[in-house]
Amino acid sequence: MPTTITREQIEQRVFTALEEFGAEPDQIGPDAEFEAMDVDSLDLVELAQIVEDEYGVQLKGEDMEGVKTVRQAVDLVMSKLS
Amino acid sequence: MKRQAVITGVGAVTPLGVGARTLHERWTAGQSGIEDGVGRCSEFEPKEHLSIKEVRRSDRFTQLALLAAREAVADAGWDDGPPVDRDRAACVMGTGIGGINTLETQHIVLREQGAERVSALSIPLLMANAASGVLAMKFDLHGQSFGTVSACAAGAHAIGMAQRLIAYGDADVVMTGGSEATLTPLATSAFARMEATSPTGISRPFDRRRDGFVMGEGAGVLILEEEEAAKARGARILGHVLGFGSTSDAHHLTAPEPEGRGAAKAIELALKDGGVNPDEVVYVNAHGTSTPLNDRAETRAIKAALGEERAKQVPVSSTKSAIGHLLGAAGAVEAIATVLALRDRIAPPTLNWEEEDEGMDLDYVPREARPLPNGDSRAIGLSNAFGFGGHNAVLCLEAH
Repeated sequence: MPTTITREQIEQRVFTALEEFGAEPDQIGPDAEFEAMDVDSLDLVELAQIVEDEYGVQLKGEDMEGVKTVRQAVDLVMSKLS
Repeated sequence: MKRQAVITGVGAVTPLGVGARTLHERWTAGQSGIEDGVGRCSEFEPKEHLSIKEVRRSDRFTQLALLAAREAVADAGWDDGPPVDRDRAACVMGTGIGGINTLETQHIVLREQGAERVSALSIPLLMANAASGVLAMKFDLHGQSFGTVSACAAGAHAIGMAQRLIAYGDADVVMTGGSEATLTPLATSAFARMEATSPTGISRPFDRRRDGFVMGEGAGVLILEEEEAAKARGARILGHVLGFGSTSDAHHLTAPEPEGRGAAKAIELALKDGGVNPDEVVYVNAHGTSTPLNDRAETRAIKAALGEERAKQVPVSSTKSAIGHLLGAAGAVEAIATVLALRDRIAPPTLNWEEEDEGMDLDYVPREARPLPNGDSRAIGLSNAFGFGGHNAVLCLEAH
């Protein structure tokens, strides 16, 4: 299953999650910073849970350290998939 | 002379609607917020009033507190944050149980989907101090903040602590009150199993046929400010928290001590703290749960504290007849109801009171509101709150 997942699909899923977290839709984009969207560590834990549910990728708290933008988060998921 | 705590703003969300004045006006008009035996805040839709983030980051008991607090702050005329050094602004919020909605929901997740699926937000949402922490963050209050947990006395305890924070000089303003949202399957079943709630679904405090309380939910928030500071900024002053008295029955886990000794002592302490004589009390907002035991013990306590003669002259009514029992929010919502009633010099009614019970012969203001004696007398009242665990908390309030 993981081989069929595209970068765009993951990015879209992250966008949807951010909207659910309360980020303004016009702020959301690949280079948007989580902090600027008022997305904090508790949200990122939830994001990790979503990614795990949907793509079977295990993300720990330490994996998320240094992840500041949507692009970095998607990169991280892609690297775990490969 | 101790530093005085004045009330500059109030806010409430109750089964009678959104707004403190809504509660006061509808209750005074004899309306009830109880439907199908439950006091639900059916006019409160979190997503209509709060941001997506606020809704996601809070249990319903905190959501109710957020809306009540927003109203109280606007009512107090605060602009952006507290009108004093923010380190001198405190927050004390009571709750009986806290985020039991979250607890129950996440426990289902745990059982059905496993430990990995439990939300990371579970604890910060369900903890009993969540409302006080969230309000401190939202309104930039950097002084002390904590929750009070004393079952159905929690809201009154919070206000009492707030008054003390101001009197002692620890804070110049305090956001305080209580909130509760326990209309959940577990809480509803548990109260029913202990036969605390009314099987008929009727809240009729002090009536001979009373058979238990009706569960309600809601929140009440008051802004207390140190009197001189409030006057200096030109705040409109609704009233004073004159006194606070608190005791323990140390008798039984749930039943009140039958003679109401602890409750009477709490009333006496509140009067003493406020420098008030029993003769100056013109209205009593009773705890009045509609349970057989509370209403009898409370009647005895009022008589013991005010004296038999004075007790029979003073109108005594129960807000719970109109909205049910808001548990940890009750003491706060009812303190607000008391202040607004005193301001209008009116005793709102005890709805559904029709039949006198033996030995329960106070003036319970049956069915219809009644004007309080006017004139030059001060508008001083008592608001009683008693909780499981034997906690008694009484506020002595004066309106202006």
